[in-house]
Amino acid sequence: MSVSFNARNVVTALVAAGLLLLPLYSQLTGNIFVLTLFTRIVIFALAAASLNLIMGYGGMMSFGHAAYLGIGGYAVGILAHEGIGSGFIQWPVAILASALFALAVGSLSLRTRGVYFIMITLAFAQMAYYVASGLARYGGDDGLTIYKRSDFDGLINLSGRVQFYYLCLACLFGGVYLIWRIVNSRFGMVVQGLRSNEARMQAIGFPANRYRLVCFVISGMMCGLAGALLANNTDFVSPASMYWTRSGDLMVMVILGGMGSLFGPVIGAIAYLLLEESLSQITEYWAMILGPMLLLIVLFGRGGIMGMLGRPRRG
Amino acid sequence: MLLVVEQLLNGLQFGLLLFLLAAGLTLVFGIMDLVNLAHGSLYMMGAYFAATFVAWTGNFVIGVLLALGATLLLGIALEFVALRHLYGRDHLDQVLATFGLILFFNDAVRLIWGPAGLALPLPAWLTVPLQIMPGIYYPAYRLAIIVVALAVALMLYLVVMRTRVGMLIRAGASNREMIGALGININLLFTLVFGLGAALAGLAGLMQAPILTVQIGMGENILILAFVIIVIGGIGSIRGAFLAAIFVGLIDTLGRAFLPDLLRQVLSSTAASTAAPALSSMLIYLLMAIVLVVRPEGLFPASKR
Repeated sequence: MSVSFNARNVVTALVAAGLLLLPLYSQLTGNIFVLTLFTRIVIFALAAASLNLIMGYGGMMSFGHAAYLGIGGYAVGILAHEGIGSGFIQWPVAILASALFALAVGSLSLRTRGVYFIMITLAFAQMAYYVASGLARYGGDDGLTIYKRSDFDGLINLSGRVQFYYLCLACLFGGVYLIWRIVNSRFGMVVQGLRSNEARMQAIGFPANRYRLVCFVISGMMCGLAGALLANNTDFVSPASMYWTRSGDLMVMVILGGMGSLFGPVIGAIAYLLLEESLSQITEYWAMILGPMLLLIVLFGRGGIMGMLGRPRRG
Repeated sequence: MLLVVEQLLNGLQFGLLLFLLAAGLTLVFGIMDLVNLAHGSLYMMGAYFAATFVAWTGNFVIGVLLALGATLLLGIALEFVALRHLYGRDHLDQVLATFGLILFFNDAVRLIWGPAGLALPLPAWLTVPLQIMPGIYYPAYRLAIIVVALAVALMLYLVVMRTRVGMLIRAGASNREMIGALGININLLFTLVFGLGAALAGLAGLMQAPILTVQIGMGENILILAFVIIVIGGIGSIRGAFLAAIFVGLIDTLGRAFLPDLLRQVLSSTAASTAAPALSSMLIYLLMAIVLVVRPEGLFPASKR
């Protein structure tokens, strides 16, 4: 992949550099809020990037991606509640649990296509939501407070704001790198080929659903990691984190940034959450502005922010 | 026995209410190929309009009729301003745009009516319990919902199956380009169908309002249920939506009513009382998952009608 100086790459580099230097800015100006805000943004960017892997490259429109945020979060929360505070256990469990859920959901949902797929993934996420609401031992509807963040044996201290921010950022960049490698691998090519023309790919001899399923599970695992980060960030996990509107938020981030572009979801997450934040400071009724804006973006801004910066490069 | 009959009727009533919502959704989906998440907002607006107009006029029936008209007009306006431009677009685009509309409607309602819920009080003649069988009384209002919804379902059936407009609607569902080529004004037909769907959603919302409170976000949970129904029934099929709605209404209501007792037979009573609500909420999603796995196009795929 050759690197060229087009608008997309420049913006990508600028955003990445900005994210890296943000703690410095926060230290210099004493503005702690911006760091807290961006920690949240970076975590959601990871979740959006994972959704983009299946939506943008795989053509699988999952409307239940928030479920993994919740599952990752609950894995951390429940283990912490039961006295297992080590991040070396919590995080792998979070990722593994998400993988298992994705495997179950994927192997059933991938039998359907189109709108049916959107709806069945939504249904599974709602099931996860109701299961979490029924966990009376772990707070039920009210959610579960996490009194101690994941403990990494002094390797890294998650309570330190800057350290935690960089950990999240490392996860995000690692995730985006992984997606880049996947998308450009033979496996990724097959998945993208399936999006373009399933019949042909099957005729060549690729087992369509097996490839899709693996891709679906990888995406779920990454989002589960984002869930574990999110739970540590808020010290709290509740069923609301997997409510369907949250899945909608993630979809909006992906579309807003540019579906099927590597860094698009990151920019989408930044734009969406900053927009939400700034609008909510102007007026209490910020969603009244945000809603029609989404409509306009869909109507006129095909390809999202990345699309406006230039032609999307496919795979 | 008493409880079973009562719960069966409750389930039927809930199912019919869901049908009103799902019918509009499946029509819009089947004919315009539009995924409209904002359908739940129309349901909510119907309830808010009814609460307002009933308080204004002081008459339940007049208020409700005004609210129905208002929802119909709102639906037509919505189609004209926004949704019309989404036909023929990717389903994902439609999901996003209408998701934006939900955000808009929720905050607009909060701005106009305030964050607190409203109540829609029933007139005295609807609050009396009626004797439906010797010794079995059932609230008149719930019975009225069943009657009204059944009448609307019948009317919908007659309109779709026995009138010229209905013929066009069915033709539109099976081949849009063709009826356009035959000189039918598709835009008008689409606006009409959308308005009809909006009015049905509004009717469902305002009928549910006296049972629950009128509040922001009331349309969201029930919208998901309506989607489950049209997916189970097969997208675009009104008959499928009707059967699936009754089925889902019964399963949901009976599950909530009897699952705790059933679970208590096998589990300890504390475990049962915590697991039952979650399990009964999951039941319909489980049903949908099973249906989709067995028949990925729903029970009554529109193309095979």
